[in-house]
Amino acid sequence: MAFASIYVPNFLVQSVVRAEAALRDRAIVLVDGNPPLEKVAAMSDAAARAGIQLSMTKSQATQFNGVEIRNRSRAQEKAAHAALLDLGWSVSPRVEDTAQDTIVLDLAGLASLFHSEENVANELLRRAAVLGLLVNIAISSNLEAAVNAARGFSGVTLIPAGEEAQRLGCMPINVLSPSLEVLETLDLWGVRTCAALTALPFLQLSERLGQEGVRLHELARGASQRSLVLAEPPICFEEEMPLDYAVAELEPLAFLLGRLLDQLCARLTARSLAAGAIRLRFDLERSPENNPRFSDGKSSGELALRIYEKALNLPVPMRDSKMLLRLLRLQLQANPPRASIIKIWLAAEPALQRVAQGGLFLPNSPDPEKLELTIARLKNLVGDSHIGSPELIDTHRPGEFRMSRFAPSRDEPLKNRKSSNLATGFRAFRPSLPLKVELREGYPARISFRGMRGEVVAASGPWRTSGDWWQEDPWQHDEWDLEIHFRFSPAIHLGRGSTCPQRGLYRIYYDVLRGNWFMRGIYD
Amino acid sequence: MAQNLAALRVKIECDLLGRASAPFDYRERKFAETASIGIPEIDYLAGGLPRGGFTEICGPPCSGRTSFLLSALASRTAHAEVCVLVDGSDNFDPYSAQAAGVELKQLLWVRCRNIDQALRATDLLLQGRGFGLIALDLSDIPPKIVRHVPLNAWFRFRRSIEDTQTIFVVFDQEPNAKTCASLVLQLGSETARWSATIETSTEDSFAYPSACLLDGFDVRAEVLRSRVQKAVVAGFHLGFAPASIGGDTGIFRTKAVWNGSDNLLFEPQSKRLEKRE
Repeated sequence: MAFASIYVPNFLVQSVVRAEAALRDRAIVLVDGNPPLEKVAAMSDAAARAGIQLSMTKSQATQFNGVEIRNRSRAQEKAAHAALLDLGWSVSPRVEDTAQDTIVLDLAGLASLFHSEENVANELLRRAAVLGLLVNIAISSNLEAAVNAARGFSGVTLIPAGEEAQRLGCMPINVLSPSLEVLETLDLWGVRTCAALTALPFLQLSERLGQEGVRLHELARGASQRSLVLAEPPICFEEEMPLDYAVAELEPLAFLLGRLLDQLCARLTARSLAAGAIRLRFDLERSPENNPRFSDGKSSGELALRIYEKALNLPVPMRDSKMLLRLLRLQLQANPPRASIIKIWLAAEPALQRVAQGGLFLPNSPDPEKLELTIARLKNLVGDSHIGSPELIDTHRPGEFRMSRFAPSRDEPLKNRKSSNLATGFRAFRPSLPLKVELREGYPARISFRGMRGEVVAASGPWRTSGDWWQEDPWQHDEWDLEIHFRFSPAIHLGRGSTCPQRGLYRIYYDVLRGNWFMRGIYD
Repeated sequence: MAQNLAALRVKIECDLLGRASAPFDYRERKFAETASIGIPEIDYLAGGLPRGGFTEICGPPCSGRTSFLLSALASRTAHAEVCVLVDGSDNFDPYSAQAAGVELKQLLWVRCRNIDQALRATDLLLQGRGFGLIALDLSDIPPKIVRHVPLNAWFRFRRSIEDTQTIFVVFDQEPNAKTCASLVLQLGSETARWSATIETSTEDSFAYPSACLLDGFDVRAEVLRSRVQKAVVAGFHLGFAPASIGGDTGIFRTKAVWNGSDNLLFEPQSKRLEKRE
């Protein structure tokens, strides 16, 4: 059985650089603490070479030229740690969450996929680079030896079984994370490497340093034994970015969203998953415009005004970051936030990836991703409620329907339609047109509407319907189908350039409760 | 002069290299694949609706345009194709559509408020690709406004669907797309048909409106322009004799949704005898 340990050196800096790739080769300093007492918490190698030291104050660090100063971001550290775990799960289902910067994988059973442990290590390096992380990898049959080797040696380290003590010998003692007191004692003894520690007699060491001495001795020899503590895969993928300066414009916001989406999609790809839905949350800057009533205290109203949330439900799982960014941009254009943004939070609900292969005999249909983008654009044009698939409602009230999300079936052709059954089309007027009706012996004889007057030459009705009498808006209609011949010549022009038809088939109704006549539509 | 022309031709060909394979060669018109719309008379008359072509259906109100539209949607959605209706004035009635056999789940309905929205929505949809049928319904928009749609808009629509499998149909009151349309059909209504119920099947049944039912109406279709080669389309029944009244004109009948039967309940005795003969 072999274990691979993945360690992210200088994790705090890497978690920031992962979100801002342009900083990778620059001198970067992370400061932590409350202003104005912020101190340097971490720095890149370039910053260390420039002379920056830990615990310097922020004002001291700003004296150095060419140094980028950023606030330490725990949200980005959390996201980087989640990405590290995703890297592990991309290769093995058995992963231990050892520390924020370290994970361990069980490599049992991977030989048939990768053929050798070296290939596993190289593949992990490649996938880590895709996720924006530079990592050290060590593979050993001993779990603790793998962890310590990854922390002590850069790049890839392969330790054959039985050679742990020999390979770990040159490693400094502080990699084993001893307590400060023990480290000072060992330093006084002149013991600074693992080889020097293993040379000490085991019994005497335990008498002088106690259980810690025993633990360090076993670790230095690569003989420590323990089981893997498995981590649970998350059910949601999250990325977060606090902003140093509030963002008000869509363009810079889209740039930041693009970065977060790239990271999310890389994590989903690492797990062979796709996003079924994207949830977006912005923390908004507090300003008089978005918070006019609540100046002090934190009520739910205030919280609602300071947070902007959106959900993007996708018709098919997708992980194309550019496509997702376009969809989010369209949503934001339609409903922009009411204030500047100071923090971005993005989450993807994972779903299994769509199977692309369709039936050979199915008709062409739009690409689901493209279709979603087209619908999003159309929603911006005509409004959310004016696009979709019509869905009939189980009621007798005339003209009732609702718009549902358009999700066409991609199955086999539904049926062979009988060609002889050509239904008469009907066009509905929304809202119904008011009209004047002259009755003769209780039947419509003449009608006038929109400046047109016509004689009824044939009529069918009344067809009485009513319902919802138990609700606030009951209805009771007497419907008529009429064939009308208009008196005016067809050439006459009405308002807005319409022409008057010579004849027509209309459906009108008398609203018994309102006592008025209306035109419901025309047969066409 | 001839040398200059030849040099000019070579220069243009070089400039267009990679963009146009043979700019001076005659572009052969491809055979337009057609699709049945479920009306045998129209399939016989026009050869069906061309895929990758622009079809314009025009006619006054109550001329059968909506019946035509519903039949086309029912036919295409029954074949599991994804259809779109760009409704220029929000007049589509889902109840009659379902009664006509349209699979509403396969239909994307875009309810526009004006012609500008309708044209822009159509533009977006045509770029989307993959739809079986896109119908732009401008039937209730006054012809005066539709006439002002610039010709380049129709031309752009035509170019967008070339070399695709999409059927693009525009419904309006008069032909506007000119040469951009591959097929132009003019519809006009004939007589409406009313039937009486069993109890009151008398000569003056219209005197008793409660005893009458609207049975449907006849529609006259005339081909004004066609670049479609007529072919034997799918769904065409052998032995069918269309009620044609001329080379480019035909008549088809619509039936009210409550009259699902192929036979009228009360046909005059003389007509029944004619039918048998």
